[in-house]
Amino acid sequence: VRFDSGVLLLSTHRLIWRDQKNHECCIAIPLSQIVFIEEQAAGIGKSAKIVVHLHPASSNKEPGPFQSSKYSYIKLSFKEHGQIEFYRRLSEEITHRRWENVPAAQTMQVNKSPQVPVRGQRQLAVSVILNDVITLNCNVCFLLQAFEDLSKLMDKAKEMVELSKSIANKIKEKQGDITEDETVRFKSYLLSMGIANPVTRETHGSGTHYHMQLAKQLAGILQTPLEERGGIMSLTEVYCLVNRARGLELLSPEDLVNACKMLESLKLPLRLRIFDSGVMVIELQSHNEEEMVASALETVSEKGSLTADEFAKLVGMSVLLAKERLLLAEKMGHLCRDDSVEGLRFYPNLFMTQS
Amino acid sequence: QAKYKERGTVLAEDQLAQMSKQLDMFKTNLEEFASKHKQEIRKNPQFRVQFQDMCATIGVDPLASGKGFWSEMLGVGDFYYELGVQIIEVCLALKHRNGGLITLEELHQQVLKGRGKFAQDVSQDDLLRAIKKLKVLGNGFGIIPVGGTYLIQSVPAELNMDHTVVLQLAEKKGYVTVSEIKSSLKWETERAQQVLEHLLKEGMAWLDTQAAGDPQYWLPALFTELYSQEITPEEAKEAIP
Repeated sequence: VRFDSGVLLLSTHRLIWRDQKNHECCIAIPLSQIVFIEEQAAGIGKSAKIVVHLHPASSNKEPGPFQSSKYSYIKLSFKEHGQIEFYRRLSEEITHRRWENVPAAQTMQVNKSPQVPVRGQRQLAVSVILNDVITLNCNVCFLLQAFEDLSKLMDKAKEMVELSKSIANKIKEKQGDITEDETVRFKSYLLSMGIANPVTRETHGSGTHYHMQLAKQLAGILQTPLEERGGIMSLTEVYCLVNRARGLELLSPEDLVNACKMLESLKLPLRLRIFDSGVMVIELQSHNEEEMVASALETVSEKGSLTADEFAKLVGMSVLLAKERLLLAEKMGHLCRDDSVEGLRFYPNLFMTQS
Repeated sequence: QAKYKERGTVLAEDQLAQMSKQLDMFKTNLEEFASKHKQEIRKNPQFRVQFQDMCATIGVDPLASGKGFWSEMLGVGDFYYELGVQIIEVCLALKHRNGGLITLEELHQQVLKGRGKFAQDVSQDDLLRAIKKLKVLGNGFGIIPVGGTYLIQSVPAELNMDHTVVLQLAEKKGYVTVSEIKSSLKWETERAQQVLEHLLKEGMAWLDTQAAGDPQYWLPALFTELYSQEITPEEAKEAIP
């Protein structure tokens, strides 16, 4: 008999399996009923399992899904991973026997009584004896406590979201009456909670003090790397460079973008530039991409024609940025393209130079 | 008039003060949760899924900023942002092989290899979440559903609905022909050819004219034989931009 997909929960007192789709279907076994457990490794076509050997049911056992089974054990089947970790934890709980000392938690949203009868179609006649081993498929496994604590935490987080919405609405209504200072404070609260900024983004941008500080830091960190790379780097390169250097307390991609958006207004020696293709780069203020186009034209003319790959290798740039430079040159009229299945190749635009 | 204005600012100030207090309390709750379950989040991919889903349901993005409480106290930020770096590196290293398209499976395998034996377990769900965050860097990262799994795009090539549908068609065998497209999708020849040419130009498809019958357009991203092929030292050099 199989129960197809479920959540397996472990508490100090019980092993609980709950059907993922039908939450009413829930099976619980007191840990005190477990004699021992053994692992069955996965094989070809077989998932990893834990076999749970049980004491014979006592006569005062409350109604459960089955009155009795031919077998004195059930199987927990793990289609994906989780078996090893769960086996370890279940072993620990059985060894420590904490159910003897720790009172069972009062709040159990998972089920209503210690041994829950299965409702609905799965309810079998009381006198049935099973011929098959009961196998519970476990897609998800948690410690029950962790799961409950998480739910409670989320309830509190939800309150914060509601509060922030109400404040955002007030701001929308008042328009001009909220001070700059208050806006900044509000934005930093939203940042801490990870709540998207619904109102003030359009009017004040997503930046906060944190992003301002970050922008200044970046200006310091990136000066040399930019110089080493011809004055221009893609934002992706910057993300990797900065985070590898940090090791801990990494920047999120959004942090980086929000900080870079403030570079120009803070009059820092770097700026963010977005190409037509959507590619985002950081340039030194002293860098002039349009001037670089002139030298690109020379390089292409020398060779007759170049693809982005070839140009990148010659000049020592990333292919991504090489392509953007050639596209810019094309946009400015210096190059023209030959777009075939062989690839995209750029030629000097003779219509411009020879008239 | 001035009195109304005053009331307005006082209300906002009150609510902000309230939010500030509640924020402090929440921070304490989160710290408590972290002290008990931080390890669970790090070690249990399924718990991470549960965590992420619940955050999404209530309208919170725990990965928006490294400065957010979630990131600072639970360490979820570092986990995903570092994963982002690893994903970028793998995609860059393999780009010349597959044109910037890679299956989620292959990406998963390569990332796990790069992380080494003693690193935390990383699931495909984790990769998808990290990739969704990377998009904002303007690098063309995208997630294309094909046949029950996903193709990950890592170059700023424009792939519209037509291209996506052909990729999905090609997923079954790893290649597709013009006549297959015409019969499955009921397109004219020209439309099918335009899509295939675009994929060829981007390096995402290779043309096999030697095949008996129709020329076959193969997607290197779907070549299962190339899976778990080591990244060569030359490719690894490409990976550090």
